[in-house]
Amino acid sequence: MASTIRVRATSSGETTEVQALIQHPMDSGYVKDAKGDLIPPHFIQELTFEYDGKSVFVADWGPAVSKDPYVKFSFKGGKKGDDLKISWVDNKGASDTTTAKIQ
Amino acid sequence: MTIPLDGFPASRRLILKGAGAVALFGFSLGPALAAVNDKYPEDAFKQKSDADAIKSLYGKTAEVSDKVKLDAPEIAENGAVVPISVSSTLADVTSISILVSENPNALAASYRIPAGTLPSVANRLKMAKTTNVIAIVEAGGKLYSASKEVKVTVGGCGG
Repeated sequence: MASTIRVRATSSGETTEVQALIQHPMDSGYVKDAKGDLIPPHFIQELTFEYDGKSVFVADWGPAVSKDPYVKFSFKGGKKGDDLKISWVDNKGASDTTTAKIQ
Repeated sequence: MTIPLDGFPASRRLILKGAGAVALFGFSLGPALAAVNDKYPEDAFKQKSDADAIKSLYGKTAEVSDKVKLDAPEIAENGAVVPISVSSTLADVTSISILVSENPNALAASYRIPAGTLPSVANRLKMAKTTNVIAIVEAGGKLYSASKEVKVTVGGCGG
């Protein structure tokens, strides 16, 4: 299966800017479906970015994060060609992991 | 499959071994995850009001600071996707949290900022209606905040 995670990590020499876009419904548990039944909550709880064996950014998310979430941050260091590992876990225990090359 | 008399204890041992392995695996997963990151703040996300969520998350209150920069639109046409970014000029930032006051649960997102990561984050949040967005920056063990009202024309709760 194709990864749910799309990442662009760009090094400017001193810092690396990371943008990530993840495919996920991020159901809040407050929205009803066409039949009027509540759609149960289904959202990513934790999103982790690791570089060189250390986490450089951790997002704790609630259901108020938009569908197909987007996040952007920067960290010091990070060399072109190095790996950045991204993984998420949702409230149903599903997860996904990918590795991106810093550009 | 035949089970001779002496086969019974062997299979029992196998089952016990299996159970032990599962228990070990289960236990080792939990603490390992917790050691890398602090735990997911389940309770803070369950709080209804912004004040309760901040208290649950940090155990203290924040002071308003102009060193916290909150970027949010004046008017969000679509409450389901409101671009919000937070940055800070404070030193030693360890976390950034974003709350939407009148959402069913105020806390929307909380970001852990390890040393070496810049105190700046951009994301997209859902907003139920026109309300205040609050940015909390934890720096040097203290809390600083900034807030801004965002007008929402179509709520993000789909109702």
